[in-house]
Amino acid sequence: MLSQALAITGINIRSIPERWGSSLVIVIGLAGVVAVFTALLAMATGFESTLKATGRADAALIMRGGSDAELNSAFDRDSTDLIKQEPGIRAGADGKPLASAELMVIAELVRKDDVKNGANITMRGVEPTAFMLRPQLKIIAGRNFTPGLREMIVGQGVLRQFQGAEMGRVIRMRGSEWTVVGVFACGDAHDSEIWTDINVARSTFGRIGSSSVLAALDGADGLARLKSAVAAEPRLTLDVLREQDYFSGQTRQFRKTIGFLAGVVTIIMGLGAVFAALNSMYAAVAARGKEIATLRAIGFGGVAVVVSVMIEALLLALTGALLGALIAYLLFNGLSVSTLGQNFTQVVFNFKVTPELVGRGLVIAVLIGMIGGLLPAMHAARQPVTTSLREQ
Amino acid sequence: MTRSGFVIANLFRKRTRTILTLLSVIMAFLLFGLLQSVNTIFSAGADFVGATRLMVQARVSFTSPLPLSMVPKLEAIPGVARVAYQQWFGGVWQQNTPLIMFCLDPQRYRDVYPEWVMSDAQWQAFASTRTGMIVGKQLAEQFGWKIGQKIPIASNIWPQKNGSKAWTFDLVGIFDGKDEDWKKRTNLAFIQQDYFEEANQFGLKGRTNFFILKLTDASQARAVSRTIDSMFENSPDETKTQTEKDFNISFVKQIGDIGLIVRWILFAVFFTLLLVVGNTMAQSVRERIPELAVLKTLGFSDGSVLGFVLAEAFALCLCGGLVGLLLASLAGAMVEKGTGGQFQLQLDGSVWLLGVAAIVLMSAAVGLLPGLRARRLRIVDALAGR
Repeated sequence: MLSQALAITGINIRSIPERWGSSLVIVIGLAGVVAVFTALLAMATGFESTLKATGRADAALIMRGGSDAELNSAFDRDSTDLIKQEPGIRAGADGKPLASAELMVIAELVRKDDVKNGANITMRGVEPTAFMLRPQLKIIAGRNFTPGLREMIVGQGVLRQFQGAEMGRVIRMRGSEWTVVGVFACGDAHDSEIWTDINVARSTFGRIGSSSVLAALDGADGLARLKSAVAAEPRLTLDVLREQDYFSGQTRQFRKTIGFLAGVVTIIMGLGAVFAALNSMYAAVAARGKEIATLRAIGFGGVAVVVSVMIEALLLALTGALLGALIAYLLFNGLSVSTLGQNFTQVVFNFKVTPELVGRGLVIAVLIGMIGGLLPAMHAARQPVTTSLREQ
Repeated sequence: MTRSGFVIANLFRKRTRTILTLLSVIMAFLLFGLLQSVNTIFSAGADFVGATRLMVQARVSFTSPLPLSMVPKLEAIPGVARVAYQQWFGGVWQQNTPLIMFCLDPQRYRDVYPEWVMSDAQWQAFASTRTGMIVGKQLAEQFGWKIGQKIPIASNIWPQKNGSKAWTFDLVGIFDGKDEDWKKRTNLAFIQQDYFEEANQFGLKGRTNFFILKLTDASQARAVSRTIDSMFENSPDETKTQTEKDFNISFVKQIGDIGLIVRWILFAVFFTLLLVVGNTMAQSVRERIPELAVLKTLGFSDGSVLGFVLAEAFALCLCGGLVGLLLASLAGAMVEKGTGGQFQLQLDGSVWLLGVAAIVLMSAAVGLLPGLRARRLRIVDALAGR
């Protein structure tokens, strides 16, 4: 039976070039479905991997209780100093706690493809320890800002997506002028930020304390010790989170939204493709009605016919899926876009087409190909041989 | 048999094929309708808001506060009729449902937004109840809030004097919109600025995120904006003034390149669809070549044979397109209802118009090639099967 099926499949496939039109419908239909599916999920994956790469497991982010995001959090200077003295925080080379008080404010920049609509950009005022807590951050052009001066360094993602923050540019904020003196690369969500000295940011934005404290944890139980110490401190109401968890937690909503969109679009497009596949496979078996009947007459079994039609549909569907994944990869992989993150500021990220996504696209294609092939295949096998042979 | 009867009869000569093609077209237009209405949300902003109001925010970002001491200065500018303000409260209902909730001055806000419909008694109750809150109809219905209830709402920004972020407000009014467009935006909640200033832990007073200016004359918008922005230039409280409509557009644009992605999907869908339907039409013409030759022999002109094929394509696209758009309307309404109006996906006139344009374009694209082939047929060759 298997050899029969393979023999018929061979004939079918060799005859595809003679009926390109209808075979192409399946290939293109599936390419469309898989390309859209892959591209949408590549966006979610890119966003997720950018945020998941941000934050270390051995650092804690401390915010005011119930804040959810750094933007909403604030505490005064006394609390900031108090937090840094809590147990569970690792000491740096100088013997002081390795912790950075950071002030998050928002500035507006205009997207490169826009002329006037401002988009929110995170501006992070940091202490020198901030760079020790993020050793992956490298200045790739220019130099670091000088504490005490109105200077700032810009993440490479900001530079990629927004205008007006190039090296040497002067940005006006709240009646004062700031100079961009450097560009940094961090490979994570910080690439979407502008960094400056915390004290200069405080005076310009009229803030006294900080938004958050990032602290290196001391050993495996550091987080637990810090948490219990903070809970026992009546002067402080704080949330202590592992830095990694804070950033990973921000991806949930985005994943849900994009997942929903991708699901709806894929189902509807997929149904469309199923109907198209059914159509062209029906046409394919109708065109070969006589040929199939002849095969049956000389002893090929009905199951072999069914299998051969299914294999043809699956092969066409898989070709389409690979084509679609390739299109999605060529058009979208690495494409840089930005969207609003948890802090109500832009997060720049790249589309990421992963092998896993391509695999899921192929599974969808196989499903559609099976459905599209099965009914026509049964139809072909059921036709009485004599009727088919007599047909014109 | 009439010509239209002939077209219909031809469509049903291969029932399975016609139905399957129709279903593909329906799916494509269902997606078209849904995506296009998403696109409308993200691109157009709110047309109905008009340009009679200006939004003043801090130039650096609307998250930076501006001092309320600016109110008299703004009011003194010629062309400004009334000034309202609103400050973001960061309200959160129950575990983690964020609310669009602002602190404001009731009387000022009422003067600037006549589009909200609420009884005088409720407006007065809002103005005279320090812990008062009014909410839009949609929000009240979504959470089942009734006037007179005490509503517990947390703020993810502002603690009260006792350090707790759990606030409680007295619901004293429920407002609705004056027309369909405004009714759809009643997912807002407002509380009193005075109470907020008194009760927040930091003793924050006299600051807000936005000033909203009602103009005496909409044509003055540009001039007034310029006056305001130059007035506060070089101060720590530099302003950025734009019409409410422009503000809404740029606010929505923050979400990013959704429009671009939607257009890509639409492109993929239509390209796919074009091939499916185009192939079907080509096939059906191929099969009927001898018949078409007979028609010509009977005296039908080349043009009317082309017309038959085009009419068939058009009928297919029209039926599928209209049913698809109708399904999209139903699905959109369901999504809107299911999310309590949070996600508004209704197909307005513009989407239908675009849909019809797409139907016409599609029919031409898929019908033209096979149609021209039918038109070019030479009777002798066609009858001989050459």
